[in-house]
Amino acid sequence: MTPRQRGAVWRRLRQQSAAVASAAILLALVLLALAAPLLAALAGQDPTTYHDDLIDSARGGVPLGPYGGISGDHWLGVEPGTGRDMFARLLYGARISLLIALGATAVQVVIGLAVGLAAGLGHRLADQVLSRFTEVLAALPMLVIAISLTAIVPADFPRPLLLVLVIGLLGWFGTSRIVRARTLAMKKLDHVAAARLGGSGPLRVARRELLPALAAPVITYAAVLVPGNIVVEASLSFLGIGVKPPTASWGQMLSTATVWFRADPMYVLLPAGCLLLTVLAFTVLGDAVRTALDPRERSRLRVGTHSARTGRSADAAREKEAAV
Amino acid sequence: MTGYALRRLGGALVVLFLLTVAVYALFYVAPGDPAKLACGPRCNPGQIQQVRERLELDAPLLTQYLHFLQGLVAGRDFSSGTAVLHCDAPCLGLSYQSGTPVTELLGDRLPVTASLALGAMVLWLLLGVGTGLLSALRRGGTTERVLTGLTLVGTATPVFITGLLLLMVFCAYLRWLPFPSYVPLSEDPEQWAWNLLLPWTALALLESAKYARLTRASTLETLAEDHIRTFRAYGVRERSVVTRHALRGALPPVIALTALDLGTMFGGAMLTETLFGLPGIGQLLVHSVRVIDLPVVVGVVLGTGAAVVVAGVVADILYALADRRVALT
Repeated sequence: MTPRQRGAVWRRLRQQSAAVASAAILLALVLLALAAPLLAALAGQDPTTYHDDLIDSARGGVPLGPYGGISGDHWLGVEPGTGRDMFARLLYGARISLLIALGATAVQVVIGLAVGLAAGLGHRLADQVLSRFTEVLAALPMLVIAISLTAIVPADFPRPLLLVLVIGLLGWFGTSRIVRARTLAMKKLDHVAAARLGGSGPLRVARRELLPALAAPVITYAAVLVPGNIVVEASLSFLGIGVKPPTASWGQMLSTATVWFRADPMYVLLPAGCLLLTVLAFTVLGDAVRTALDPRERSRLRVGTHSARTGRSADAAREKEAAV
Repeated sequence: MTGYALRRLGGALVVLFLLTVAVYALFYVAPGDPAKLACGPRCNPGQIQQVRERLELDAPLLTQYLHFLQGLVAGRDFSSGTAVLHCDAPCLGLSYQSGTPVTELLGDRLPVTASLALGAMVLWLLLGVGTGLLSALRRGGTTERVLTGLTLVGTATPVFITGLLLLMVFCAYLRWLPFPSYVPLSEDPEQWAWNLLLPWTALALLESAKYARLTRASTLETLAEDHIRTFRAYGVRERSVVTRHALRGALPPVIALTALDLGTMFGGAMLTETLFGLPGIGQLLVHSVRVIDLPVVVGVVLGTGAAVVVAGVVADILYALADRRVALT
């Protein structure tokens, strides 16, 4: 990408106010997550200390005081049942959420690139096998498989890493499909053909001729993957298969909240708000990045995400599977 | 048409076979001793050995797999020393926890999951297709902007958040609805619907956003086609053009997606079932994963996989029936 094109992309991105707002929110979130220990210390709290004196044991552990026990010491109240500080727990939850979602996205992009390039550059037979394989895997219900996989991994395997791997291994199909299609198209271009005729091996062709041109579509697609991964992490934690307590996670807080929603609405609203805001910001920003990188593309948030008439239903309906 | 259907079915069978191989290998080669898991925490080595023999866990993996396949096709017998337990085809093995055939467990929970999925489907089709059509008709206006925003929030909100908010409003604050507890349809249809109303709504709100976008895109695409231009040129009213002609062209993808989604959901709507405490297939899976009941996990994964693959074929066939151009390619 030339500097001039880059400038055009920035300009188009800045013109979309929703995108700018989303970027600001995400930047703030990342900073908050990075500074979590510092901010918690500033508030004089940490995410794991129990405060039995702040919850009403007679009523089963509902926080004392209005709005979930908001006070000068506990800026966002305390957790029902344990009295742990909500502000600190939400901040640490953001770390987990971002860490796992971004890690999983990286895994997805790397595998997707590798498989897509191999299918695009390799022998016809290899392409056939890889493409069929991807198609079969992509058809399976991901959340079911992710949950089942966590059953067979030894209990002492570090959970965050496991989540990154499971989510990453189960979500690279879209990337590989895009990379394969672009690779097949680019194979016919002069500079790629010249490199191949000149005796460059597939690895060198991939690195020198293809990767630079693949950056834009892959980045775009990765931006769309992040919010999905955040939701999957929250879902797994909600089902009790995410990070282990006492590590704070938004999904796991919402899972506990199913018991507390009557007595302490704040305990639902705070993690739900954090999760929603993050997912929405990533979604809007991802869409804006896409339209900025390729102005011919229309916003996906407006129109359906695909041509409705591509023939096979599996293609027509292959919108990102929603977690139910 | 028949040839097309047969080709798709053949492909699906191959996929299902590969799925059994993959799932079986993955779960039984995985670390951890299945015999120990099956026996429970308070077992001495002798008892573990007994279990191992009963479940044929010391046989070569290929033999185990062939027996598993045999059980799927023809049923098999498990002997536990004195008694012989027959497991009818399709046999997915016995639960480590309760010793019940996995198929039986799945069968018990299927009505719950089916009630949830089918009821939600009715709601999401009404909501989704309606919204999609409306925003296709009012394109460029404020209505469309509002609908686009709502759709965005709808897709981005995980179902457990929607569900929790619904619970807070309708169960805790307004007290209009009970906290859902499953009542079988055969027992009391009114209570059945009343209790499932919140889970249906939560699922439908999530799904309908997807359907709204698909319907809108598909309708706009159809509206751009030649025959629609001709209708307009003949002076057919816009409302009639859209509802009678464009909608018909726009529906095939919606039908196909519905079949696919139902397939996925029959494998259990885990999050919804867990949140509302509905004893469906999804909840069975989550529970079995927690206690590492491998045969049940394998059974649910295979069952879900089968449902999804079959749904894919059904979707393709329905699509081809609704839009004959597809079968020709």
